[in-house]
Amino acid sequence: MSQVTRREFIKIGGAGAGVLAVGSGLGTHWWGLDEGQVPDPGTDGDHVVPTFCELCFWKCGILAHVKDGKVTKITGNPDHPLSRGRLCPRGTGGVGQLYDPDRLKQPLVRVSKRGGDRFEAVSWDTALNRVAEGMLAVRKKYGPEALGLFSHGYGGSWLKHLVKAYGSNNIAAPSYAQCRGPREVGYQLTFGQGVGSPETVDIENARCITLIGSHLGENMHNTQVQDMARAIAKGAQLVVVDPRFSTAAGKARYWLPIKPGTDIALLLAWMHVIVTEKRYDSAYIEKHAKGFAELEKHVQDKTPEWAYPITGIKPELIRESARFISSFKPASLIHPGRRTTWYGDDTQRARSMAILTALLGAWGRKGGYIQPGSMSVPAFPYTQYAYKPKEPADRPKSLYPLADETLASGLCDATIPGKAPYPLHGWLVYGTNLLQSLPNPKQTIAAIQKLDLMVVIDVLPVEVAGWADVVLPESTYLERCDELWAPSYKEPFIAVRQEVVKPMYDTKPGWWIARELGLRLGLKDYFPWKDSEEYVMARVKAAGLECETLKKTGVVKGKVVPVCEEEGLQLAFDTPSKKIELYSDALKALGFHPMPEYTPVEEPPAGMFRLLFGRAPAHTFGRTTNNRFLSTVFPENEVWINTKAARALPGFENRPLKTGDRVVLVNQDGVRSRPVRVKVTERIRGDAVYLYHGFGHSAKGLKHAYGRGASDSELITRYKTDPIMGGTGMNVNFVRVEPAPATASSKQVA
Amino acid sequence: MSDSGKRYAMTMDPRQCVGCNACVLACKAENNLPEHGFRDWIVTETRGSFPHLSQEIRSERCNHCSTAPCVSACPTGASHVNEGGTVLVSREKCTGCKACIAACPYDARYVHPEGFVDKCTFCLHRVREGKDPACVEVCPTTALAFGDLNDPESPVSRLLRQRKHRVLKPETGLKPNLFILED
Repeated sequence: MSQVTRREFIKIGGAGAGVLAVGSGLGTHWWGLDEGQVPDPGTDGDHVVPTFCELCFWKCGILAHVKDGKVTKITGNPDHPLSRGRLCPRGTGGVGQLYDPDRLKQPLVRVSKRGGDRFEAVSWDTALNRVAEGMLAVRKKYGPEALGLFSHGYGGSWLKHLVKAYGSNNIAAPSYAQCRGPREVGYQLTFGQGVGSPETVDIENARCITLIGSHLGENMHNTQVQDMARAIAKGAQLVVVDPRFSTAAGKARYWLPIKPGTDIALLLAWMHVIVTEKRYDSAYIEKHAKGFAELEKHVQDKTPEWAYPITGIKPELIRESARFISSFKPASLIHPGRRTTWYGDDTQRARSMAILTALLGAWGRKGGYIQPGSMSVPAFPYTQYAYKPKEPADRPKSLYPLADETLASGLCDATIPGKAPYPLHGWLVYGTNLLQSLPNPKQTIAAIQKLDLMVVIDVLPVEVAGWADVVLPESTYLERCDELWAPSYKEPFIAVRQEVVKPMYDTKPGWWIARELGLRLGLKDYFPWKDSEEYVMARVKAAGLECETLKKTGVVKGKVVPVCEEEGLQLAFDTPSKKIELYSDALKALGFHPMPEYTPVEEPPAGMFRLLFGRAPAHTFGRTTNNRFLSTVFPENEVWINTKAARALPGFENRPLKTGDRVVLVNQDGVRSRPVRVKVTERIRGDAVYLYHGFGHSAKGLKHAYGRGASDSELITRYKTDPIMGGTGMNVNFVRVEPAPATASSKQVA
Repeated sequence: MSDSGKRYAMTMDPRQCVGCNACVLACKAENNLPEHGFRDWIVTETRGSFPHLSQEIRSERCNHCSTAPCVSACPTGASHVNEGGTVLVSREKCTGCKACIAACPYDARYVHPEGFVDKCTFCLHRVREGKDPACVEVCPTTALAFGDLNDPESPVSRLLRQRKHRVLKPETGLKPNLFILED
């Protein structure tokens, strides 16, 4: 039977009008073709709510489909400039966060000693009273600035407002000193402004995109990845400098597998080639820049031959790639990267990239860096804040003179007595798992043990929640209305986050928590609105916009302004000299190198690898690793190790390491990771290993993520602080690879 | 028959694909797939040895072959050819015997926990409403395109005219309708 049908089918299918023939009534009868029967999975919502995403901090516009009161799926909002109807994998995965069975479901108060991780469920009234009493006691005993707020995520705006009204400005996010801070300062010093978020890069129109350790494509900031793909489709070339053959490296014309920590040497050698061969934009430099003569002298001896033994990149490849990059100027984009806290000299690396950008004439130019506008929305007319400017706790005296945001690591340090002019005695921790986001978790725990008050506000029972006195369960982004968002972007817009479904369990949105605490703290005047929607709509009205339109579309677009010289933009630089500063007097005056210098990094000891880490496309740190939906495509991390290096590993002589085997990583201070699978690969240098960040959870309440993979954070017991702005360089840890104990078991992942 | 001479096909551009899995997850959400059920997936092929490497990343799925071996292997008529040449499975006729799974060279099918075999439908329920399949719609890198090969103005017809392309496992001679674009 099967033989006959197959032959018959091929005969029909092979005919010119085969498809039509199959679609005939005869075909229907023979082949079981159910005419017109196309099962609809029925996931379209009975209504659709436009809002914006919080699976990462890019904040793409989404459409949440709701059917019978449940969110069935999330798609991109075609009208939103950051998503354009398309989403990254995480964006589709909000449902996995909303319906995560492990969510914090009610307020909790600690009943064991701190860190004992034993809690009792209480009412919101009890929990909030406890927090308010603690905050009042801290203020009475030490002054309001002894309270610090760690906050990451858009819902944190309400708590920032609360803490400022209470009287403290010790408010920090790990996204600065642990992430993009050095980059902001390096570009600020050079061009008079940082690159912000969304970064002011014109990837879409670039003809050459150079990534220095940035792994765009694995780092899935949606619009940037969209733009990179659009640029590639238009013929743009990639140059990728990375010890690992990243996804982007796989698309690059040049991949430079650089020795970790030596990027500044490569950048200086590139500048040497571009300057000595006069491949820079001389008219642009003459018009806009200051310090070219000094730069020319500075890079004179930074030849490719000089850089070769440092970087491992052959001189001819350095020359060729420098010529290649400069051949596309000014539409030659040196991408600024995002997490730039690597080796403690990171501001200087950012400076090198900024100076190279200037040589290419790419700042303020199409296909380089642009100057987008934003829509103006008047601030809510709040009562002026109570806090008085006081020496910041995070960087006493002249430490880190150019930090322009509060350092999360600095607030943590300031909690240990003797490290700051005044110690912190209370922490509010909103949406950031400090035990994975700050380096050296043991030090963070030591600081927590000094506190009088420790409060965690989160969606999930992450590690840091286990150390709290009070845990307040927040509603997810799909269950709340947050602050408006109107960033600088080439298509300026205002977006609104709306409640898609009512809060589940006994959770509350951040605005409600902040307001209730404010009322208990006697700060009623700072909360003259009944809910966040009233607040948001007051701002929308003040901006002269229609509330109903914004609610219906989720986004309103503004007027596009010229963003580059080609469109008529007049370039201006907010530096002391009002020019691009190739040579920085500001750095010189503070005792730093006025132009970037390469300083050697510590080498891995024999038998050890440098630990590098980065992002997986389906995850945002540890925030999403418990998300069962996203986990279906990326359940746990692996440690990448070079094939040859794996063969040479001591301890594995009798059973050569192969992909899927389980090992333990042991760092220079003897800290051991959880067992983690190995990926033996050609895609990485032999002197480094690589982990995707955010795995290896030890919090038992994260029932899905617990014990899956290894945590890079636990192994980052050392860091090197950037003396310019206080960033914590975290790529300075070394690990050796040991076989996992035979008894080590972990979840079987299907 | 609603079929009016359409021949649906998809193109996939590995130059643009970053293997992020957005297509896989959008498909799961759109089609309400079970936890371990996937109708599309990512393939990463790396060639060479350090540091001389090349890589291709693809989003793959059922090829909706014009001469589909799964259809002829199906003893109950559950696997069938539907609108535009789309290969579908009628759940109520499927006994879960897996003959189609054995016949498919692309490993495009899986057994749903409810006992029937499941696979990519080209999101025909969406296509009939004039929308793209969920994987195509979501793709942040625009690596996927869908359309009617019999319509010269469709995105796939244009791309196949403009770009070199190949199919996966051409040696099987099954006339697959998922085309991989080349430089």
